[in-house]
Amino acid sequence: MATKNMTPVKTPMPNQDPAVRAHNFKEVALGYTEEMARQEAARCLGCKNHPCVSGCPVNVRIPEFVAKVAEGDYEGAYQVITSTNALPAISGRVCPQESQCESKCVRGIKGEPVGIGRLERFVADWHRTHSSEHLTKPASNGHKVAVVGSGPSSLTCASDLAKQGYQVTIFEAFHTAGGVLVYGIPEFRLPKAIVQGEVDKLRELGVEIMTDMVIGKVLSIDELMEEMGFEAVFIGTGAGLPRFMNIPGEGLAGVCSANEYLTRINLMKAYLDDYDTPVLKSRAVAVVGGGNVAMDACRCAQRLGAEKVYIVYRRSMEEMPARNEEIEHAQEEGIDFRLLCNPVEVLGDDKGHVCGLKCIRMELGEPDASGRRRPVEVPGSEFVLDVDTVIMALGTSPNPLIRSTTPGLETNRRGCLVVGEDTVSTTREGVFAGGDAVTGAATVILAMGAGKKAAVAIDSYLNPAE
Amino acid sequence: MYKIVRKELLNPTICLLEVEAPFVARKAQPGQFIILRIDEKGERLPLTIGGFDRERGTITIIFQLVGLTTRALAKMEEGDALLDFVGPLGQPTEMEGLKSACVIGGGLGTAIAYPVAKGLHDAGVETDVIVGFRNKDLVILEQEFADACDHFYLMTDDGSYGEKGFTTAKEKELLEGGKHYDVIIAIGPVPMMKFVVRTAEPFGTPCRVSLNPIMIDGTGMCGGCRVSVGGQMKFACVDGPEFDGYQVDFDELMNRNATYRTQESEKERDHMCRFDKLGQELIR
Repeated sequence: MATKNMTPVKTPMPNQDPAVRAHNFKEVALGYTEEMARQEAARCLGCKNHPCVSGCPVNVRIPEFVAKVAEGDYEGAYQVITSTNALPAISGRVCPQESQCESKCVRGIKGEPVGIGRLERFVADWHRTHSSEHLTKPASNGHKVAVVGSGPSSLTCASDLAKQGYQVTIFEAFHTAGGVLVYGIPEFRLPKAIVQGEVDKLRELGVEIMTDMVIGKVLSIDELMEEMGFEAVFIGTGAGLPRFMNIPGEGLAGVCSANEYLTRINLMKAYLDDYDTPVLKSRAVAVVGGGNVAMDACRCAQRLGAEKVYIVYRRSMEEMPARNEEIEHAQEEGIDFRLLCNPVEVLGDDKGHVCGLKCIRMELGEPDASGRRRPVEVPGSEFVLDVDTVIMALGTSPNPLIRSTTPGLETNRRGCLVVGEDTVSTTREGVFAGGDAVTGAATVILAMGAGKKAAVAIDSYLNPAE
Repeated sequence: MYKIVRKELLNPTICLLEVEAPFVARKAQPGQFIILRIDEKGERLPLTIGGFDRERGTITIIFQLVGLTTRALAKMEEGDALLDFVGPLGQPTEMEGLKSACVIGGGLGTAIAYPVAKGLHDAGVETDVIVGFRNKDLVILEQEFADACDHFYLMTDDGSYGEKGFTTAKEKELLEGGKHYDVIIAIGPVPMMKFVVRTAEPFGTPCRVSLNPIMIDGTGMCGGCRVSVGGQMKFACVDGPEFDGYQVDFDELMNRNATYRTQESEKERDHMCRFDKLGQELIR
């Protein structure tokens, strides 16, 4: 066994130079070399009670795979990871590790935790470039399952079911499968070829993918089950409805949701000249919000050539929900963070186009229901940001298209599907759900965890004898 | 892929395609729309459904050659196929309880008004139709309309065919003549719809308008199609596309629709402006 590396900090991740990457859509983080990976893996103490695993929504056996990396057995490490996590190249890039596995790491007590996410990504990428294995379609068990949506929960659920011989059909509303992984998360954070690779693997497993199918419109859940012969349905339709602020001027040209902005850029490739998709050509942009979506939107705006890009967030840096790494990357790229500021009005010129964003300064008061200190306005502190584009990244809620067309499918006050104690059974027999459609906007890895659970629940529903 | 089984040029600027889309055809209702994409690099284009044939499994779309995508679409031939064709989206035209209706279509909106008029007429609603075009060369679907309504009024801006004047002139004449309608449904350029509503206002006739704002997904996800209706934000793709005409903020809609409009022909813009000006005069 190699000697432990007691360096208190993580092996640094090589990144594209901020000055260069702020003008291209190539991936920011370049990934560890084998040497860096072994060096970082040697920082793991291999704790007997492995606290890190308890912080992982899909229970990756972290010390086990890290030990394999330290030994140089990267394929072995991949097998350990993929025994519980179907999409490591994705989670290794977009998981908020600092609040999950890495937050429990013993090395984090005195110094930085082991770079578990970076190692996971390394292993997945190593496998992708070194392995030529092709999956084979397992023998069918004769059961048909419909999966609605093709984001992280659906891909995971479909993968787990297909491996057990279920005949799975994915129904996707957009023209490309992948859900938020393709329309929301930009290329520079999650290259689309990686998502495509995962979708291709599903096809190898025999999963049929039907794009352009808006379930709730073209077919109802009842029609899927009664007319098309699906014995169970998994709903993984995410949380796609954008919120707006309901302030004056939101109807002006030049105001859009982050969903619209990111979809034009990521799914419809507006940043590439040979695509027809139009996108706002901005001089100065204000992105309102402090989550990962806000970070993605502001960094896209910068890459599309805006001279000045602001983040406008009503709380302070401490309360910002975005991953630390995204915030750091945005700062390095020159995004101007206007914290403790809240928009009160979008200002328009005589042509009805945005010409400024009027904001008011905030200060933090007593903690609110979320446990975060409530921001309150400072009277008379209004000021105007000189921008020609305003992008609203205020969070999203689940789409009502399915619940409004499926009798007996209950939702809560926030429009999220109601589930039973197992967290994946809906109020309709044979209908399961997971991911943001149940939890409201959350993370890719939680959605993947729910997809896994649903696959187990669907299997025991259709094969109760086993 | 979605095969084009029929193509017709209705006039020099308006084209009809009948497309094989069996799933969409099973469910389509008058007033709903589809979104299509020609190829991998094309944009997503929303178009109102112009007709459907459940047995043949086809949807008819009718569109005006105004931009990059519609021009490329008009170059496609029978036997070619579209990469994507999603639908049916939006809410169908509400017909329940109606005894009489007046459908008003202007320009391209005429094509979209047709299935609505036919749907109403077939459902036993007494249906009058007023359609308007710039001139005789642009007239489309004349016979189809005549067969799908009780009274048919054809208007041209320059008087080269039918009666001279805007659709709103005929609307005003009918209402002033004591004609009662349970509803007026207007489909066409935004300025036309705005003035159809203004014209109906003194008579208290309910008005519905069919909106076609900018959108991407058609499922409520992008918020690009948001319109102010009665001071509230509505998404045309899921809440509409038809709304109470008295509640719609048409000026905001016109403004937002121009967001990406760099290739719009000067001619089209001139016509819109002229309509707005003449409409104002008419109301006075």
